[in-house]
This record gives sequence, C-alpha cells and structure tokens, in this order.
Amino acid sequence: MLRYTVRRLIQLLGVVLVLSLLVFAWLRALPGGPASALLGDRGTDESRAALEKQLGLDQPIFIQYFKFLGRALTGDFGNSTGVQPGDSVVDIFVQRFPATLELSIFAIILAVVVGIPLGYVAAKRRGTWFDNLSVGGSLIGVAVPVFFLAFVLKEVLASKLGLPSVGRQDAIGATRVTGFFVLDGLITQEWDAAWNALKHLFLPAAALATIPFAVIFRITRAAVLDVMDEDYVRTAEAKGLTAPLVRRRHVLRNAMLPVVTTIGLQIGALLAGAVLTEKVFAFPGVGEALALGFERRDYPVLQMLIMVAAIVYVVVNLLVDLSYALIDPRIRTR
Amino acid sequence: MALLEVRDLTVEFHRKGEEPFTAVDRVSFDVEPGQTVGLVGESGCGKSVTSLAIMGLLPKRGAKVSGTVNFEGTDLLTLSDKQLRDKRGRDLGMVFQDPLSSLNPVIPIGLQVTEVLERHQGLSRKKAMVEAADLLDKVGIPDPTRRLSEYPHQLSGGMRQRALIAIALACKPRLLIADEPTTALDVTIQAQILALLKGLVQDLGTALVMITHDLGVVAGLCDEVNVLYGGRVVEKAQRHELFAEPRHPYTHGLLASIPRLDAPRGERLNPIRGSVADNIPWDHACAFAPRCPNALDLCREQTPVQEDLGGGRLLRCHNPVQPEVPQEVSA
Ligand SMILES: Nc1ncnc2c1ncn2[C@@H]1O[C@H](COP(=O)(O)OP(=O)(O)OP(=O)(O)O)[C@@H](O)[C@H]1O
Ligand code: SF4
Ligand SMILES: [Mg+2]
Repeated sequence: MLRYTVRRLIQLLGVVLVLSLLVFAWLRALPGGPASALLGDRGTDESRAALEKQLGLDQPIFIQYFKFLGRALTGDFGNSTGVQPGDSVVDIFVQRFPATLELSIFAIILAVVVGIPLGYVAAKRRGTWFDNLSVGGSLIGVAVPVFFLAFVLKEVLASKLGLPSVGRQDAIGATRVTGFFVLDGLITQEWDAAWNALKHLFLPAAALATIPFAVIFRITRAAVLDVMDEDYVRTAEAKGLTAPLVRRRHVLRNAMLPVVTTIGLQIGALLAGAVLTEKVFAFPGVGEALALGFERRDYPVLQMLIMVAAIVYVVVNLLVDLSYALIDPRIRTR
Repeated sequence: MALLEVRDLTVEFHRKGEEPFTAVDRVSFDVEPGQTVGLVGESGCGKSVTSLAIMGLLPKRGAKVSGTVNFEGTDLLTLSDKQLRDKRGRDLGMVFQDPLSSLNPVIPIGLQVTEVLERHQGLSRKKAMVEAADLLDKVGIPDPTRRLSEYPHQLSGGMRQRALIAIALACKPRLLIADEPTTALDVTIQAQILALLKGLVQDLGTALVMITHDLGVVAGLCDEVNVLYGGRVVEKAQRHELFAEPRHPYTHGLLASIPRLDAPRGERLNPIRGSVADNIPWDHACAFAPRCPNALDLCREQTPVQEDLGGGRLLRCHNPVQPEVPQEVSA
C-alpha cells in the first residue's frame, strides 16, 4: 500500500513535468498574447515589442521555459500580467484557492448527500413514478449547461429565496483562520459569519453540483440495482437480518465501489464547472482567475492554475484508488 | 404434527409483456422434525423457487405465491416481513448453491457469521466472535480464529461452503434447506460436504430439505424423496422404495442415468432423451410426454392426477413403470 502510494506520487512528478512543458508551449501558441491583450487597440508595434521584452517573451521559447523551470524550483512562479497585474501568482493562488475549494467541497457534498440516497431509493422503487421522475430529472441535470443553470439560479431564484446572488461577501466575514469562510466562522464561533458565508455558497454550489449530482445519482441507482440481485444479499436476507442492516452492510457497501470512482472523476471535473459558475456569480476563486487569465493572456497565472488542476486531478484519482482498496479487500489483500 | 407442511404451494411469475409462468404448481410435502427430505429434479423444474418461496425470499414484485407453508403450526406465507425476518436465520436456515457469490466479498468471514448470532441471540460482537470461531471449527475449517478476519476470496470453495453451513446452522434452526449445496464444488469436496451436513443435522436434530438434481446425493442422505418435474411433484416415496422400485418413467430415467460401479462393463449410461425445453404445459397433458418412453396417446390429452399408492407413496402417471421390472441399484 505504502509502496504503491509512493510509486504513484513519483509518477505524479513525471506527469507534472511533462504537462508543464505542454502547457507552456500551448499557451504561447494561442493567437494574441499578453502584450496585445494588455495594450488593446491603443498598442503600437513598438509599444507591444517593448512590453514583450519587459515580460521576457522576446526570447526563444525553450530559454523562457528553462528560466521558468529554474524559478519554479525556488517557488517563484512569476507575476500576474493581466488578472491582478504585478501580484505574485502564488499569492493570487493562495488568496483564491480556498474560495474555490470551499465551493467545490460544498458542491460535492451536496451532490453526494442528495445523489446517493436518492439513487438508493430510486433503485428500491424501480419502475415507480418516483424512479421515473428522478431518472428524468437527472437526465435534465446532465443536459442543462452549467452556465445557463447558474444564470437562472442567480437571476430567478436568488431573490425568491432571499439568497445573495454574488459570491463570497467579506462584509461580515469571520476572523480569518484557514481562509475557508464557513470553517473560520465555525472555528471562531462567529455563527452569523458562518451562516452568511454558507448562504453565499449555496447557489453557486447548487449550480456546480448539478452534474456531479446527476452522475452520482445514476451510478448509485445502477449499482444498487446490480447488488440487490447478488447472491450474498439473498444470504443476508436468509439470515433474517433487519432491513436497514442488509441495506447498510450488504447492499450499500458493495454498491459504493463504482460510486467512489465516480465521485473521484466528478471532483476532477469540477474545475471546469467552477470556471463557469464562478464567473456567473462573480465568485473570486481560481475559476474566475482562470477565465480572466484566458481573456487577458496571463501566462503565469494560467500556467500555475492549469498545473494545479492537473495535480488535483491526479491526486484525487490516487485517493479514489486508495479508498477503493479500503472498501474492497480483494484489492487490498492481493 | 409435521415440522413443515407445504400444501399446494404455487408460484407464478408475472413479467411485463409475457404470459404468467407457473414455476411451482400445487406442490405439497411434509417434513417431520429431524427428517431429511429430498427435492429432486432437473434444472428448471422449480426446486429453487420452491425453497425460496418457503423462506419468503422470492422477489416481492412479479412473483405470486399461494398455498400454505405451515412451519410449527404458523403459515409462513401469512407472516409480515418483520415476523419472517425473526424466523429466518433462527428457526429456518438456508445454504445456497454457489458459495463464492453467496458470501459478501467485502466483509470478513467472522462478521458474516457473527451478524446472525448478534441478530437472533443478542450476543455482543465479542461473544459472537468466540462462538463463531467455535462454529467454524465444528464445520471443519482449520485455524478458525485466523479465518475470522479473512475474506471470502481467501478461502477455497469447500471452505466457503463450510462457512455458509456454519452461518446457516449458527442459531441451531429446526429446519435447514440446502439448495444444491455441492453442485459448484469439486467432486472430491462434494462427498466431504455431504458427510458434514449429514453429521451436523443428526447432531443438532435439524430437519433437512435437500435440493438436488443428483440421485446419488439422495441415496446417501434422504429419508424421503419428492421427484419434481415441470413444477409438480410426479413421484414421492421413501428412499429405499424409490431406488428399488421407481414407478414414474422420469424417476426411472434419472436412476438409469446414474453411473454405477456395479454396471456390467461396456454398458452405456441411459440419459433421458430431450431436455426441459421440450416440456408441454400441464393443462390437458403430461408435461413429460414428449420425452417419455412410456407415453400413450392419453398422455397428451389428459393431465395425470396424483394417486396415493399407500405407504406414503404418491405417483402422477398414466402408464407407470411396472414393479415387475425393478432396477437394481445399490444405494
Ligand atoms: N425471478 C424469476 N422470474 C421469472 N422466472 C423465474 C424466476 N426465478 C425462476 N424462474 C423460472 O422458474 C423456473 C424454475 O426455476 P428454479 O430456479 O426453481 O429451477 P431449479 O429447479 O432450481 O433449477 P436449477 O437446477 O437450474 O437450479 C425456471 O424456468 C426459471 O426460469
Ligand atoms: S403420464 Fe404418460 S407421458 Fe407422463 S410420465 Fe406417465 S406415461 Fe409418461
Ligand atoms: Mg436451483
């Protein structure tokens, strides 16, 4: 188990290195560049050239890359050119990442807490109106673009529910401890602040949660249907175990195997949704920075954020595999 | 009073867009305390459905069960789900055919034994574990304490079936139903498992319903035998009478197809021709007629009724095998 984890982490290092090169080259292949993005129509050829020289973009690409790599090893990932010009990319990340993490965690919790029980109940009542309705609903959940849904939630539902329509207000923010506003509020026992932070999270998280919810729901339903027909569930019933015990110990535990994988994949895919959701709700997270970064061709910011997204993805997958082994002894004891 | 009285047990499966299918058709039999009764027949004749109906384990939707299943005087078919759960595992145990798929792959063997003890005997986990080790020891699993923390995939097929037998007998039920408990096992292991079952039910005084397609199993184990064909009992007899004097052509065919050590050299086995797929419906005919060497025209026109031949012997046939030509079988 430990050796396996270490091997996977070394793999991760290789992936990061190769990816950094790809991202680096790929960004510079995009039409336009930071200079034109910053100067806009007012820029002359001379002013653009001067700015490119100042940003070091006039040098051959591999020299740029090795300089970047050398600085990166010392923990310096450059300064933003467009999103928050002049700020260190690392600072921007540290500032914004907790917001996105908080949003994503809340979204995935929503998706899991609603998706798994609903999937179970739908499987138990296969073929009833409840089942058909929730399967239909989940289809819509996957089909509706996140951007549109976020927009509807913001413009239509926010005022009706009395929820804030722009994200993450600092107005009555709690004393900063971790940078996660809800958690900070709870730690410092500033309940109002925690509640306020939670309210600001709710709509963006709901928008972000729809697709993971729909997928988790459907996989849970399918897995429970499969497992309910298994011989060992019949054995459990033949023992006369109570229905809740059969459900918890025999059905759900086995059905969770595919669901765990799905949750992992969905967490990995969450950043894509976060970019859109954060933009609609003006939620100051890394998703918003990523969107801005593309508009303004902010190479350092983009490089950092794309790399982090990749690392998160690989690490989540590793965690999925490890939790898989935790649930399934056939893998653990192999 | 018999321990188990099954009367006119009928199971119909209703599936969308299909004709209702009668898998078990007015099956009746008794099991006395401590007695071993066999249900014998080919694949698809309704053996498993019968046992699942008795246990209340058929799917709630799509399966219509009628008749009565009196167990110690209570009709199990009228009990609520909760009342049934109180009886299953405590008063009625069941062992299934495939030991690998019948054990939960992600839970240690120990917990799979203790959960039934915790449920019905109110033992603490700790006490149940001690008891579980003892049970595994009784069913012949070596090093039982270590096995408790192992998972099904770490045990051999025979060990798994032993574990399932330990689970089924953990609460010393009055009745055990074993549905082809050896079919999925190696031939060498089969005999061991049968001997184990026989010894255990004798020690515990547990009655056994032995379900099998193998008359060899019946010969070694059963006091009384019900031969099923197409969801109906076609012949019922004491074991030695059935072997000495099979009356139903289907039973006769089954016996003739058992490999025998005392058969003259070169004599070929006589499997029954055709397969269940040839069955015709029981209404207005005998379902076995297309495969029956004794079939008369009458057999395709009229359903044979069940006759009582006396001495607990029942037969459903228009043209039975005559006792003048008995099969010699060393049972
Ligand atoms: N849940 C179900 N829905 C519909 N039909 C079923 C169902 N379960 C069993 N059957 C049908 O009932 C008939 C009897 O099946 P059963 O499993 O009792 O046979 P069996 O005698 O146990 O055979 P085997 O030796 O293969 O185990 C078969 O034709 C089968 O297709
Ligand atoms: S009733 Fe006729 S067809 Fe059926 S078993 Fe008897 S002889 Fe054969
Ligand atoms: Mg069967």
